[in-house]
Amino acid sequence: MSDSRKPFVASGDIPPSPPPSSVVGPIAWVRANLFSSISNTVMTLFGVFIIYSLLAAVIPWLFIDSVWNATSLSDCRSIDNGACLAVIKERYLQFIYGFYPEEERWRPILSFFLMIVAVAPILFAGVPRRVLYLSGLYPAIAYWLIWGGTIWGPVGVVLGLVLAVVAYRLITTTLPAVVGLIGGGLVLVLWWLFGVEIFDGALTSVVDIGLPVVESSKIGGFLLSLIIGVSGIAGSFPLGIALALGRRSNLLFIKALSTCFIEFIRGVPLITLLFVASTLLNYFLPPGTSFDVVLRVVIMVTLFASAYMAEVIRGGLAALPKGQYEAADALGLDYWKSMRLIILPQALKISIPGIVNTFIGLFKDTVLVSVIGLLDPVGILNPIRADQNWNGIVWELYGFISIFFFIFCFGMSRYSQYLERKLQTGHG
Amino acid sequence: MKVKGAIIAAAAVMAVSTAANAATLDDVKAKGFVQCGVSTGLAGFAFTDANGVWDGFDVTFCRATAAAIFGDANAIKFTPTTGKTRFTALASGEVDILYRNTTWTLSRDVDLGFTFTGVNYYDGQGFMVRKSLGVKSAKELDGATVCIQTGTTTELNLADFFRANGMSYEPVPIETNAEAQQKYLSNACDVYTTDASGLAATRATFEKPGEHTLLPEIISKEPLGPLVRQGDDQWADISAWVLNALIIAEEKGVTKANVAKLAADGSADPEVNRLLGKEGSYGDMLGLPADWAVHAIAAGGNYGEIFERNVGESTAIGLARGLNQLWSKGGILYAPPFR
Repeated sequence: MSDSRKPFVASGDIPPSPPPSSVVGPIAWVRANLFSSISNTVMTLFGVFIIYSLLAAVIPWLFIDSVWNATSLSDCRSIDNGACLAVIKERYLQFIYGFYPEEERWRPILSFFLMIVAVAPILFAGVPRRVLYLSGLYPAIAYWLIWGGTIWGPVGVVLGLVLAVVAYRLITTTLPAVVGLIGGGLVLVLWWLFGVEIFDGALTSVVDIGLPVVESSKIGGFLLSLIIGVSGIAGSFPLGIALALGRRSNLLFIKALSTCFIEFIRGVPLITLLFVASTLLNYFLPPGTSFDVVLRVVIMVTLFASAYMAEVIRGGLAALPKGQYEAADALGLDYWKSMRLIILPQALKISIPGIVNTFIGLFKDTVLVSVIGLLDPVGILNPIRADQNWNGIVWELYGFISIFFFIFCFGMSRYSQYLERKLQTGHG
Repeated sequence: MKVKGAIIAAAAVMAVSTAANAATLDDVKAKGFVQCGVSTGLAGFAFTDANGVWDGFDVTFCRATAAAIFGDANAIKFTPTTGKTRFTALASGEVDILYRNTTWTLSRDVDLGFTFTGVNYYDGQGFMVRKSLGVKSAKELDGATVCIQTGTTTELNLADFFRANGMSYEPVPIETNAEAQQKYLSNACDVYTTDASGLAATRATFEKPGEHTLLPEIISKEPLGPLVRQGDDQWADISAWVLNALIIAEEKGVTKANVAKLAADGSADPEVNRLLGKEGSYGDMLGLPADWAVHAIAAGGNYGEIFERNVGESTAIGLARGLNQLWSKGGILYAPPFR
């Protein structure tokens, strides 16, 4: 070692050099993800080719060569060779409302916005809890708005629920809860069967508040899909929970009843139930009773979905460790409290993907009602396509419907993911 | 099929024993409108216009029926029915009358408990091929691929026809007419077969209808007409005679334009006077107002006018009258005398 040679002493860290361009940046990303091997390269090129062919076909068809102003398909064809979107322009209101009278269309619109308000406190935590009262009353309000008629019918139906709760409270002050449930149920059924009509008739003759009646045959399009879908979803969820709990119950009777119901409904195709609703029920009901066909379909769809919902929720219940049940018992909670405070919140959280899956399936299943002659978006295609002016149009109309369903189903799917993230409690 | 038939028949018996025994006319008058079952959509026969109003060949006959009863062609409500729901809708009393391109067959008339009250369109199964195939007759179709709607009488007719002529074919099953159009246009089948009216309507929607041709053979009888529940003869008579009145009106030259004038001034032809309620009490016999036929004709014109406006040669569908021409002009449209 010589003195003339100073030893090298590092005075600080060497500044980190930027990573070589082969491992960062878009080029590296493309190389790593798209062209990392021969097979990947082939797949990438193939994918690009498919996307290009699709876009090359769709974009000119839909945007560049499409025709918005025409009175018939042949008119469209004489103008340009793209999509004949004039049919959508002429008929989109029928797709939305069916044949709902024009001057009454504010009613479904108002129901739609009220629906958003009503579901907000259920879906999101930041909304004032008081809005929940509106959510509870919403079905009656929406029914009255959409079908019209005197206001006292829906009021009477709601009143029945109030009466049932009052009866339950009165009975349970002295007798056990089961008797209270039976008594409350009895009051409800009797009131709905006999009381509502008298109540409705009496009050209508005194104060006749009402909207013009709109028949079910006038309701169609997306409005009908939403009516069936939303009521099915709203009805099947509580019913499904009740059935799931019933199937796991220790009471033999309730267990057998729930199991039979679930297995029966799951063993029958929805289309069969719809045919029962549309045609067979007519034979069983006394002649002259016009039990609304949309109402019949809503009931059938709800029952159908609730059986599936029950099994999804039962999966969630089964996934909870037994310790949770024992802990609830150890705290001295009774059955309902332990379910409400400990078991169901956890079980439902586990079941969210399955529940939303069922909802989406249910919503898309609503198009099956076109088979029994209801004019939902798919059903309303036929009379439109049968019009001489538009006969022969296929892609434009089906595409329009699919966009609508995509928006709703994708929205539900995104919401479920948001909910899963929000409820993530971070076990591992 | 047998079981389904039995269920419908049993249901029909139940319905007949309960609802339909009451006179349908009284029920209809009490309701204030006729409930008419129509197709959920068939080009030219039943469709909705831009305002959501039902129109079409079958629909106009429904309206004429309502007009005959109430004097108002709008005293009517339409129930769109599918091929599967149409019979139960009628049997259960959900609709009063069915105008839905329904072929009159023995089993439907007898076994299902309905009464066909006439024929408003004589149809028959035909074949459509591309002109480029160079086929001139259905007898040259040996070995062809055929688009055929499953579960229909056309499927059975097709099998009969090919077997009877010692030919083979390859069926391409389809569900709906829309599907058939796509399949046929994309060359998935050489031949599309269904009722000739349907073929003409389908061809009219093609971009180049001139490249396709309907073969001359008609291989089946498809008399399409209105039907009502069995057991209410008065209602069946009304349905039958509204149709007959529209045919007689064409025969006698009573049109939508001149019916009001003829009804007011009378005519030299006694049958026209009887038809329009100037002579006799034919309305009473049916339980209808004396001028029922005037309103029925005013609703959409006589048979010929209804045909021309909805499916005739001036429309996009462009059907020739053919069998549906009056008997006096070479067709088989023949109404019993009005007296």
